[in-house]
Amino acid sequence: MIEVKGLVKTYGLKRAVDGVTFTVKRGEILGFLGPNGAGKSTTMKMITGYLKPTAGTATVDGHNVTQDPVAVKQKIGYLPESAPAYGEMTVEEFLSFIAEVRGFRTTEARRNQVDRAVGLTHLGPVRHQTIETLSKGFKQRVGFAQALLHDPPVLVLDEPTDGLDPNQKNEVRTLIKNMATEKAVILSTHILEEVDAICTRVIVISRGRVVVDETPVQLHARQPGARLDAIFRSLTQSDT
Amino acid sequence: MRSTHRFDRSAKLIAALNTEFFIAPMTQITPLFKREFLGYFRSPVAYVFLSVFLFASVGLAFFIGGFFKANSATLGSFFTFHPWLFLFLIPAAGMRLWSEEKRTGTIELLFTLPITTLEAVLSKFLAAWAFLTIAILLSFPMIFTVGFLGDPDWGVIATSYLGSILMGGAYLGVCTVTSALTKNQVISFVLSVLVCFVILLLGWSVFNEVLASLFPIWLVDVIANFSFITHYEPFTKGIVDPKDLLYFLSLIGFSLFINVLVLER
Repeated sequence: MIEVKGLVKTYGLKRAVDGVTFTVKRGEILGFLGPNGAGKSTTMKMITGYLKPTAGTATVDGHNVTQDPVAVKQKIGYLPESAPAYGEMTVEEFLSFIAEVRGFRTTEARRNQVDRAVGLTHLGPVRHQTIETLSKGFKQRVGFAQALLHDPPVLVLDEPTDGLDPNQKNEVRTLIKNMATEKAVILSTHILEEVDAICTRVIVISRGRVVVDETPVQLHARQPGARLDAIFRSLTQSDT
Repeated sequence: MRSTHRFDRSAKLIAALNTEFFIAPMTQITPLFKREFLGYFRSPVAYVFLSVFLFASVGLAFFIGGFFKANSATLGSFFTFHPWLFLFLIPAAGMRLWSEEKRTGTIELLFTLPITTLEAVLSKFLAAWAFLTIAILLSFPMIFTVGFLGDPDWGVIATSYLGSILMGGAYLGVCTVTSALTKNQVISFVLSVLVCFVILLLGWSVFNEVLASLFPIWLVDVIANFSFITHYEPFTKGIVDPKDLLYFLSLIGFSLFINVLVLER
């Protein structure tokens, strides 16, 4: 579903992403781990077509993102970091707008998609509130609803549980897990337990390079008995 | 080997530009335009802007332009200030266009939706231009006033409005580019005013007289030809010259093209 080959992004002299290669198949949930500044977000931004790669290719469902960005963007539901949204719109207006751009042009089709997304993310109570007045958890869910709206085959989620309380985190994880059977999902996270909870595969990125690409079980097997954060620490160096 | 490589690259660029500018069906403009245009009225900014715009434009005509003193049924004293009024008001309306999207991060959301950069640029510009057109047309009581007090030349009034709206579009084009350069609205505003001021100055009679004393007259004419004023004035006299239309439309087209390039870099 997602094929990433030798992806490179340089900013001036700094190589933010340095030859990242991996594939994600349908039904997989890939956890993206790494310290801040390791290149997780930059990689995701290149897959979703927001940033142009300096070198390498990213292919989603057979479409190359540099050659056919619009086709790739149709296949992907993307939750950017900190879930940006037009704050002056209500949840309903915002999701209707996304639905319209996503090609649901009749009022009925739009309503169906919005209802579905609102239901999945439990946004009902704030549906007619403007987004800027919402709490962080709700804003995050609006971003999530926007990504799910067109029921995309590929989900790219940049820290989907960031800013949520433990109950909400659980809920979002269950939601991702339930949907993932027929989707390819990439999610980045700082929370190591999340990997155990939902991911079928783990990639650890450090200084723009993939240092680990294996299942959570294999990751644990590296240092039997050790806590996940100890393993994480030994694999990565902070980017300072 | 090297030259074929370069050829390959330029061929790719041309192909990319082709899809971007000619082949794309532009079906996404409607929803984007709608969101953008209605967005003005979701915040108080729109109402503040419309009132300030009206008070300033009509106030200038009444108190400085001598609207009543002139004792003639024309809107000349109203339209004559537009180039100067626009210099500050249009950057004020245009400064947020891209810079706000950059500051709040919604630009990432926008450009990961299935749209092309050109569609985004066009719909944003058209929505802003439509809003501006409303601001300009809201001065319609002025038309009734001159119609009530005398017997105005309706043709001149119509062409003046057309000229003013076109010039507004050209100002706005400049502002969209400058606001795409930064996420700071203050910088965006100052840059827009600066660029617009230079373009305006080139055709200001006072400045041209200074130039005429230094350079041959043909050069002064060439310089003045780049200005808003030079191409706006004929409209206020009732003349719609194709070359003036072309000037404003090509300036808008050019600035939108630059806007696409700036956003895609």
